[in-house]
Amino acid sequence: MKKEYVMGNQAIALGAIAAGVNLACGYPGTPSSEIVDTIAKRNKDKAIHVEWSINEKAAMEVAAGASYAGARCLVTMKMMGLNVASDALMSLAYVGVEGGLVVVSADDPGPISSQTEQDTRLFAKYCRIPVFDPSSVEEAYTMIQDAFEYSEKYKTPVLFRPTTRIDHAYGSISYDENAKPKEIPGFVKNSKRFVIFPRLSRMNHEMIEKRNPAIGDDFSDYKFNTFQGKAGNKKAILSGGAGYAYAKEYIQDRTDVSLIRVATPHPLPEKFLLNALEGAEEVLVVEELFPYLEEELLQLIGKKQLKIKVLGKHTGNSPLAGENTAEGVAAEIAKFLGENEITESSLSDNTIGENMPAPPMRPPVLCAGCPHRASFYAVKQAMKGRKANFSGDIGCYTLGNAMPLDMVDTCLCMGAGITMAQGLHWTDSETVNFAFVGDSTFFASGMTGIANAVYNEADMILCVLDNSTTAMTGHQPHPGTGMNMMGDVVNKISIEKILLGMGIEKVLTVNPLNLEEAQKAINECADTKGVKAIIFKSPCVALFKASEKCVITDKCIGCKKCIREIGCPAISAEDKKITIDTSMCTGCGLCAQVCPMGAIEKEVR
Amino acid sequence: MSYNILLCGVGGQGTVLASKLLAAAAEKKGETVHSAETIGMAQRGGPVTSHVRIGKDAYSPLIPKGKADLIIAFEPSEAVRNLDFLKKGGAVITNEICLKPVTESLNPTGYDGKEMIDYLTKIIDNLAVINADELCKELGSSKFFNVAVLGVAKGAGFLPFSEEDLLTTIETSVKANFVEVNKKAFLHGVEVGNGFGKK
Repeated sequence: MKKEYVMGNQAIALGAIAAGVNLACGYPGTPSSEIVDTIAKRNKDKAIHVEWSINEKAAMEVAAGASYAGARCLVTMKMMGLNVASDALMSLAYVGVEGGLVVVSADDPGPISSQTEQDTRLFAKYCRIPVFDPSSVEEAYTMIQDAFEYSEKYKTPVLFRPTTRIDHAYGSISYDENAKPKEIPGFVKNSKRFVIFPRLSRMNHEMIEKRNPAIGDDFSDYKFNTFQGKAGNKKAILSGGAGYAYAKEYIQDRTDVSLIRVATPHPLPEKFLLNALEGAEEVLVVEELFPYLEEELLQLIGKKQLKIKVLGKHTGNSPLAGENTAEGVAAEIAKFLGENEITESSLSDNTIGENMPAPPMRPPVLCAGCPHRASFYAVKQAMKGRKANFSGDIGCYTLGNAMPLDMVDTCLCMGAGITMAQGLHWTDSETVNFAFVGDSTFFASGMTGIANAVYNEADMILCVLDNSTTAMTGHQPHPGTGMNMMGDVVNKISIEKILLGMGIEKVLTVNPLNLEEAQKAINECADTKGVKAIIFKSPCVALFKASEKCVITDKCIGCKKCIREIGCPAISAEDKKITIDTSMCTGCGLCAQVCPMGAIEKEVR
Repeated sequence: MSYNILLCGVGGQGTVLASKLLAAAAEKKGETVHSAETIGMAQRGGPVTSHVRIGKDAYSPLIPKGKADLIIAFEPSEAVRNLDFLKKGGAVITNEICLKPVTESLNPTGYDGKEMIDYLTKIIDNLAVINADELCKELGSSKFFNVAVLGVAKGAGFLPFSEEDLLTTIETSVKANFVEVNKKAFLHGVEVGNGFGKK
């Protein structure tokens, strides 16, 4: 066994490897991305098939196929990816699996880097499948292995939902370095089992509804469903996930109040809960996101006609939105127990907290030299004086909304910019409609939207911001990069050929860092009817060392046009003196093309 | 023993390596240790923090507000931003050189870090203000600040580890050809830190 200090996502990856996983796939999404990255890095002899699938639905289906053949499969995504994968998962829940199939769907309370605060536990209940909810890095390592066991025991896909504070926390785990993938039994054809028809669905639905209470009973003995306290305590705290970690921080080893933790929110371990609640008169529920345990508890109390008061999100004891904090939970528990919460903060001393100067805001911006800045600026310049809408999408380039670019009018979900631009067009044909999409998002969910535009004869300009990577989530490869997660060099799928193949006649590829060329292409497209596409091709600046830099010469008159127009973080001004931070500058030269005095020059580094 | 250290700064300053070294040093001593990075938009000039929690009774992934024994700030306004994590009587080490927000050129705020240092000086008893450029001058690059500042923390008596613990951690955790310069950075930091001492 080897002991290692690892990130939660690495612990999940190592746990899956220890469970003998045969296939690991998914689509990148914060906070889940490091799981597949880790399995790929530690894939000895390429014994595990590892892939970034083109989206979450594809990943789920790849895993379903392999599982039918008896392989152990791990599918990873962030929780919004589960929406994409849900078509496959919902049906798979009816059909069931052969090899253990665990779906990691990482929730993001806050949200810190997501569009929604949805809760995977509810999804599990909706799909009628089990879900595991770890509250620490160490638990995540063990629990993911248990998830595979339960999946095979009950022949069902199983959800596993860590939250950001588990995924991105670090702890020590001991693992077997020589773990090997399981033997794969092979696919045994059985159309009565693997072909979903209404009759099969009806039959299996009945089976699932009978099975779930049995799983709940099984979970009642599960080691991570824990009770701490004296029998007959009148007050109890019910928690799970990171919420349990915060509650435990306050309660520590006290036994005068019961601390109940449910690690398997669905199917609910009713027997365990009823035992743990023996004698309880008041329960405070500590959980993040949806009031899931709270509502389950209310239902259980109703079903069993118990007299227990339940406090939580519905009673205003804890917030319905946003992330829990240790101090927030401490305050909730202190109030519940009628205790004075001891706060030791240096700022709580009245004499100190006053007159604190406000730290400056540090809003995120596109990196210095980012080619997306140049693409947005070119479109903005070309459309000066014309009515135009700019539909954005998910990725680094959402930051194109910031001043001074101000070039993202809408952003909804993966791939939506392309289809929303069409919707906007059908309401006002005079306005030019642009859709900006990154290369990874293009493959993930852009292609169907483009086919829709061509088929329905919309007028729009597709702008593919092709930086040859999935930059936002940590530079994962995708079908356009020519590399895969098995370390193989593969054929690049050409975005240009896809667009031409779909019947778009005008597909232009330009270097966004050449402002004049880019603007010319944009104007040409804006004056043409139908669906047009421009591929702005320039690699992500975070992936290579710059060979050039820009310098300000004495021709500079301090007009600050460079700053006002493009907002590059490498350029700053003090009074009329403009300087370029050469440690940040990549020599992209956009500022030099904007400068009216020709006062910025490129130099070799 | 329970000890909480919060490291804070701006993306790219090297807080993550410093937190990993602290965690590894604690492990070496047989302590239970956990840490968490709040990296967010780090790559793009945003604030970053690392929470290092040493001790068996630390369950929350992040340090609860008012429970940090030590704040190591790589930038003065980030020290102030995270001050509510510090416990009463806790210690603060901060770099005095400010990093202006990347949006400063567009929306000048005139921020220069001085009022942050003034404020910290007024309210924090256990405060060590250091100048990263001066500290790293003889090391050849301010890149080594993240390790040098751990030396300062040690020298000032703010860290529950021995010099030996930390030096062997550097040997095992840093890439081979950077071990010597990092050890030098650490020991130089210890020397500077000795000048502060606990009040």
